[in-house]
Amino acid sequence: MSRHRRVLGVAGVFAATVALAGCGGASMLDPKGSEARHIAGAWWVMFGLAMFVYVVVAVFIVGAVLRGRRRRRPEGSGISDGAFVWVGGIIVPALILFVIAVVTVDTTAALRKPDRRALRVDVRGQDWWWEVRYPGTGIRTANELHLPVGRPIEVRLTSDNVIHSFWVPQIGGKVDVIPGQPNYFRFTIEKAGLYRGVCAEFCGVQHANMAFYVRAESPGLFDRWEAAHAQPPSEPADELAAQGALVFQRVACAGCHTVRGTQAVGTKGPDLTDVGSRHALAAGTLENSAASLRRWIADPQHYKPGALMPQVPLSGDDLTKIVAYLTSLK
Amino acid sequence: MATITRPEIVDDVLSDERLEEIWKDPPGFIGFLKTVDHKRIGIRYIYTAFVFFFASGLLALVMRLQLAGPNMGVLSPEAYNEFFTMHGTSMIFLFNTPVLAGFGNYLLPMQIGTRDMAFPRLNAFSYWVFVFAGIFLYASFLVGSPPNGGWFAYTPLTDRVYSAGQNLDFWGLAVVFIGISTTVGAVNFLVTTIKLRAPGMTLNRLPVFVWSMLVFSFMVVFSVPVVTTAAGLLELDRLFGTQFFVPALGGSTLLYQHLFWFWGHPEVYILFVPAQGMVSMIVPVFSRRALAGYVWVVASLVAIGFISFGVWVHHMFATGIPPLAISFFSAVGLVIAIPSGIQFFAWIATMWKGVVELTTPMLFALGFMLIFLLGGITGVMVSVLPFDWQVTDSYFVVAHFHYVLNGAVVFPIFGAVYYWMPKMIGRMLSERLGKASFWTMFVGFNLAFFPMHILGFLGMPRRVYTYQSGLGWDALNLLATIGAFVFAFGVLLSLVNFVWARWRGAPAPPNPWQADTLEWMTASPTPEYNFAQIPVVESRHPLWDQDPMPVSESGGDPETRALGREGAARKETPLTSGMRAEPAGAMTVPEPTYLPFVLALGIAVLVAGLLVQAVLIGVLGLVLGAVGLVRWTWRTAETP
Amino acid sequence: MSTALDPVGTVPRTISVAAPPPARHEGYGRGFWGVAILIATEGMLFLALVATYFFLRAASTSWPLGGIEPPEIGVRAWVFTALLLGSSVPIFWADAAVKQGDYRVVRVALTISSLMGAAFLVNTVLDFRDLTFGWDTNAYGSIYYVIVGLHATHVGAGLVISAVVQIKLWMGLIDAEHHTAVEVFSLYWHFVDAVWIVVFASVFISPHLR
Repeated sequence: MSRHRRVLGVAGVFAATVALAGCGGASMLDPKGSEARHIAGAWWVMFGLAMFVYVVVAVFIVGAVLRGRRRRRPEGSGISDGAFVWVGGIIVPALILFVIAVVTVDTTAALRKPDRRALRVDVRGQDWWWEVRYPGTGIRTANELHLPVGRPIEVRLTSDNVIHSFWVPQIGGKVDVIPGQPNYFRFTIEKAGLYRGVCAEFCGVQHANMAFYVRAESPGLFDRWEAAHAQPPSEPADELAAQGALVFQRVACAGCHTVRGTQAVGTKGPDLTDVGSRHALAAGTLENSAASLRRWIADPQHYKPGALMPQVPLSGDDLTKIVAYLTSLK
Repeated sequence: MATITRPEIVDDVLSDERLEEIWKDPPGFIGFLKTVDHKRIGIRYIYTAFVFFFASGLLALVMRLQLAGPNMGVLSPEAYNEFFTMHGTSMIFLFNTPVLAGFGNYLLPMQIGTRDMAFPRLNAFSYWVFVFAGIFLYASFLVGSPPNGGWFAYTPLTDRVYSAGQNLDFWGLAVVFIGISTTVGAVNFLVTTIKLRAPGMTLNRLPVFVWSMLVFSFMVVFSVPVVTTAAGLLELDRLFGTQFFVPALGGSTLLYQHLFWFWGHPEVYILFVPAQGMVSMIVPVFSRRALAGYVWVVASLVAIGFISFGVWVHHMFATGIPPLAISFFSAVGLVIAIPSGIQFFAWIATMWKGVVELTTPMLFALGFMLIFLLGGITGVMVSVLPFDWQVTDSYFVVAHFHYVLNGAVVFPIFGAVYYWMPKMIGRMLSERLGKASFWTMFVGFNLAFFPMHILGFLGMPRRVYTYQSGLGWDALNLLATIGAFVFAFGVLLSLVNFVWARWRGAPAPPNPWQADTLEWMTASPTPEYNFAQIPVVESRHPLWDQDPMPVSESGGDPETRALGREGAARKETPLTSGMRAEPAGAMTVPEPTYLPFVLALGIAVLVAGLLVQAVLIGVLGLVLGAVGLVRWTWRTAETP
Repeated sequence: MSTALDPVGTVPRTISVAAPPPARHEGYGRGFWGVAILIATEGMLFLALVATYFFLRAASTSWPLGGIEPPEIGVRAWVFTALLLGSSVPIFWADAAVKQGDYRVVRVALTISSLMGAAFLVNTVLDFRDLTFGWDTNAYGSIYYVIVGLHATHVGAGLVISAVVQIKLWMGLIDAEHHTAVEVFSLYWHFVDAVWIVVFASVFISPHLR
């Protein structure tokens, strides 16, 4: 019967889900953090129960139809209506829900617990990028979090504009970033790597291009990164880049962007002190390369229409210098 | 007019033709504006709602084109945001809710065996308010500023600072405006069921659909005022500078979310309960037996109504509310699965021992079950607090609520269209085309929405106008787009089927499906007065158990005067006592009137005045509304 | 039953069926139920606003916000509260009298109650004039104006409905059989009074409790 096949088909698609979700790039079922791992565990339990429930109930539905189609008059005997309702509608669901409740309580209890040793990072949701600060070190960056593997981490999330939501599927669930109410996301990363995160709460015209990256490194590497970046970057060595620094100060750039240790102290746009070392540009809109940086500066509204960065009129020469300067900032 | 004496009328002056003369509306457009006939209004509700269904469906198709591949340029980001906001808003406010109210309007008086609603003019009024609110909302496209803050319009994104244009004013005012329609409609359903049931139609004999409309109405009465508060305070913030949701001055953005979801969560069940009621009408008829566990099913609907008020924080798990406080809502979210489980197995038991006939309405009911089963399961999953942290605001949730709101509400509605349309238009729809439409919709639906679960796992957030390639999202999105168009084609087949049947279909007999409830007692289409003589109900399945169906005569006393043809000839319908449904008086069905239209127009003008901040227009609306209202109450005094 | 032999279409609206006695209302009529349910929705509206009030209070460190003084609850406030609540008493008389057909009592009772309500309304308006903050000062100002203002609007609407009922009485549109208007108005007025108890307790008394 085609119906049987359809039920099998649904199960097959489910299996495909699992396969895809398991090996896909940034799947929440390929966890790299404590919270994502706990939740993935809860998911597999629920998935097993769900498969069971779906198949059993669907078989009953299809079976009832097949039985009912063969018959000429309603059946008087057999399983009573009450038995169906009690067993299928009440007892079995209650048992399954009980299991799920236990899983819920168990998983919830393990997550987001405060830890006084935690590394604290302040993240602010902006329109439409992420500002990142490491309190006590002076480090400021944007759209990329360097975090150590294995240490408890506490991300403090604030906003002075609209609501955003902080989500790195491979590390954990979402935490909303709400104006007037700091929220905390507490977790541990279990494996080094580069993990993509996004803004998950609709926040306006460029909500779609508000991604960020978490760069999880061994504690040693992280400490070295932190120590190196606590100091402002050194003067550009390269001649072209040095000229770029001057252009950067001269034209509109410095009004909105900061490069620590220079006169550029604007705060409307992302801090660019280490922009050359980042994985992506413009909050995940473009890959980070000299070519795409050039295209971006030349016409930001083409790649991110509605973003707050205006198109600054620059000669091709100036553009080249600025790109050289910015790519040198690591 | 020529005087033609027709012999059969001389014999019996209160013949059906004569009653029709008495009850019928003025001809043409005047009758269109003045009618208070619950059937005309109900059908019109359904047609109008479907216009909005097609409009917001088209918006969805364009959005799916934009998402068919990475970095597509079909829509600008602004347009995409406007499209998804309008899609969600009009599906919820202008299709799902009104179409169910339309079926309620059409069916409820007939299923309880009376001649109209308790407040026929109020009924017309709630229709006009719905139409004006819909036109108002869509007029935003004409002035180029449709709402763009998402269908739940979270502050502060939607306050004046971040949304300066009129976009959100259209949204906020429309929500308040249409709330009037929904609320007034619910009052009407409640009073009609309390006061107007046919003699013998006791509570334990009410059709399940009537029960579901009762639950619908109770939920509306207790939840809609709260969304009116949310949207109203938002508009006060926007138009008059109050500070309810401005954090810097003591306002709270979470307050808005609490108010919105206190309605928003029950709203899901407001839509869903009547849809379940429809399925509980269709399944027994095509299983040729009574619904298994009637009492259980009714109790489940009532339980859903209550429990759904304890689940709103469900939508706010990621807002940083302490887990301990949320776990209560997590638990309630799980518990609500039980009433649904009961209904599932009641339907299964019904078919298990019945004689199943796979007509188009039955196919839609079965498709609903297979889809809702999945939507219900993912519903349990999202009420698991930590899992919700992962999937909320992702495409997993988009998949989940489309399985619930499209699969579990729209499929039953299509089933209901195929089931009741013969009664409404007096012609049969094509079964072949209907089945083709069902299978196309079913396949297209799953193709469109199933992949979205996986997209959620892969980290795709909801409400993005585009995405980068290389994230593993491309193929699944393309699949979803193809599915959406397949689904739309299936819907188109049903539209063709309807248009064909409306003018060419075979005439429908009074009871084409051998169904059990009172609406099938009447001719197809039902005459204006519904029942010349009010039926006497002695069973939960009158048309199955009572053959021939007994009808009542008018008595000389005030209690029974409206029951028979004489009552119908005076345009009366009987009142019955609350619990036992014994004859207890009569009400007069009012004549067709412009008043509902005028009052609704007055409110529409007032709302438009608020939008453009023009005092004069606002005052004009107020005056128009006040005149309509005063005139209305005056008439009431004459014909109480 | 007598039958009139009108051919179809000539006099479609006149049916001479022996008219039975007029319809009688058993228990509460449709109108009563309808208004009762509408009032339930109004109740939800006020409930949502009072919940808003306490939510905002719970979310702030000081209440009222921004150094605004809590509303005074001196003798005057209590007197006018008593006046409004007292205005329900004549309504009970009116409700009873209309069923007896004693329309003079109804008129007098409605007039007394309206005067008491009007006095309350005037006092509320004067109160607004003395306020040191506006609805746009902060969230406290906003919720204060909206709750108290919405209640005052309801009182005002009640006065208008009361006047309409008076006019209907005067025109003879209300009698022992047709008194839904009085029934409905009394229900509404009791509701407005009951809401005041909640508003008074939350907006006027609660800021003094901490």
